[in-house]
Amino acid sequence: MELFLMQLLNGINIGAIYALIALGYTMVYGIAKLINFAHGEIIMVGSYTMFICIATFDLPVVLSIIITILACALLGVVIEKLAYKPLRNASRISLLITAIGMSYLLQSVFQLIFSANSKTFPQVINVSNVEIFNVTVSGNQIVTLFVAIFLMIVLDLFVRKTKTGKSMRAVSEDSGAAQLMGINVNRTISITFSIGSALAAVAGILYSSSYPLINPFMGSTIGIKAFTAAVIGGIGIIPGAVLGGFILGIIESLSKAYISSQLYDAIVFSTLILTLVFKPSGLLAKHKKEKV
Amino acid sequence: MKKFKLKKIDNKKKTFLYIFMIVVIYAIVMALTSAGIINRYYNGILITVCINLILVVSLNLTTGYLGQLTLGHAGFMAIGAYAAAYFSKTFMTIPQPFSFIIALLIGGVMAMIAGLIIGVPALRLKGDYLAIITLGFGEVIKTILLSMAIIGGAKGYIGIPRVTTFTSAYVFVIITIVFVCLLIKSRHGRAIISISEDEIASEASGINIVKYKIMAFAFAAFFAGIAGGIYAHYMGIIEPKTFGFNKSIEILVMVVLGGMGSINGAVIATIAITILPEMLRSLSQYRTLMYAVTLIGVMLYKYDPRVQVLMCKAKMFCAKINPFKRKEAK
Repeated sequence: MELFLMQLLNGINIGAIYALIALGYTMVYGIAKLINFAHGEIIMVGSYTMFICIATFDLPVVLSIIITILACALLGVVIEKLAYKPLRNASRISLLITAIGMSYLLQSVFQLIFSANSKTFPQVINVSNVEIFNVTVSGNQIVTLFVAIFLMIVLDLFVRKTKTGKSMRAVSEDSGAAQLMGINVNRTISITFSIGSALAAVAGILYSSSYPLINPFMGSTIGIKAFTAAVIGGIGIIPGAVLGGFILGIIESLSKAYISSQLYDAIVFSTLILTLVFKPSGLLAKHKKEKV
Repeated sequence: MKKFKLKKIDNKKKTFLYIFMIVVIYAIVMALTSAGIINRYYNGILITVCINLILVVSLNLTTGYLGQLTLGHAGFMAIGAYAAAYFSKTFMTIPQPFSFIIALLIGGVMAMIAGLIIGVPALRLKGDYLAIITLGFGEVIKTILLSMAIIGGAKGYIGIPRVTTFTSAYVFVIITIVFVCLLIKSRHGRAIISISEDEIASEASGINIVKYKIMAFAFAAFFAGIAGGIYAHYMGIIEPKTFGFNKSIEILVMVVLGGMGSINGAVIATIAITILPEMLRSLSQYRTLMYAVTLIGVMLYKYDPRVQVLMCKAKMFCAKINPFKRKEAK
């Protein structure tokens, strides 16, 4: 029972991180209809920025976090402006290839700067462990969960209540009609990218605090998993990303503990395949009728 | 009537030209090999080109002609590679050329079965969802191969007879290209292309969409499996991590850069992308960087309206000064 609770906690911990990253994927997909493969690399960039801020410049933790978030948000917007915006009317597959190219570009630039060797991420979360029902909950897990849930609530309020949030929803519904209503589509897309990248930066810091070895290729695996989570929940749907993230994290952690420590990736991706076979557009998707 | 006849002769000429090219390329390579100019290193590059050609042409069938984006082609290659290698290692006694051919066919058929297993449920999905499910499938195959101790697991499957030669790889490239070309020119091929143009319209015209989608999927998987078998018998050792997401992307990039649904383009892009990195070995640090920049650059370049205008002007200029200009039929 204790083992089960511990694994469940681990699952919720990693699931919260997946959910944060999946939010970025899902928002960008909803608004630009683009699988942003470079999103995983933003996590990597976030981890490295934090690493430089603390290990090289010895800045205080809070300031480093702010710098990291701002840097990643800026990077997201720059990528969008440079690589995706000129292709907005191009075929989907060209956009996809560009996104993959972006991801390779970031990986190779960071490999050239920092070498391919892993670096140890400094400990930034100093919260003591708590014992609940004989299960030790580490400070990392508490902080991760609280930060993730806090950000999800803020994001939800932002998307539902503010004017910018409304314009984001409008653009993802029908960008042409939104433009006719006087919404600045370019600005909305930029804001979406910056929010998604900021969430990825936070996720990067949280992930690296739990698994403190960072290298230039760390982003691709987490990125693909988080993307899987977004799809399981129904891509383009914000609550779906959160649900998918937690489901995926818990499945991954439980199958690692109880089924096989080697096959867990296969189980994770089989979950994706089974979900799509029975719910072809994700768990929370609404059925859309196809019109001729 | 006259026009029709003219076109037919053109086609014959084209076919003849292609056969001529196939023979000449083979002759040149063989001559250079016996002269010692093509050493083991170059020979390896040529075989890699051949393997990539089979993969790209087969993926072109699903992604280019059928218009379904798939991100798990390396998974089929992995199944073919492991199945062929397993056969070759188990039945070492069968004399060589037969054993190799049977192994490749078994690899192809196993990959085809996998293609059917994933294809039937996956083809209910559209666009990005199909891409994602094939991505997931590729990862599942990789992970399962990693965990199977009987075929080496993460350490790799070793001791596969290294029997792939340039000749055998070349023959399979030709078979693949000819097969895909004939398929596309046939009634079935036209059905496949019509699905990529407009699924609903072709369904309304009486085309059995599911049948043709599965057909294209299965053939593509079959040839990917054969390419995997050739790869396994060339390397002598195969590791699951070779057949990951990055390999699938590499194949897809070649298809897209060559132009979707174009065999000529695919062949040129494959040769260029496989050979260029080898030539740039001295800059090995910056290889991925240049690759990435090229990818983004080509895509931006292709869709930049200013560049498109320039291209149009260049084309018109070329047409003006072209001395071999054919007279327009009236």
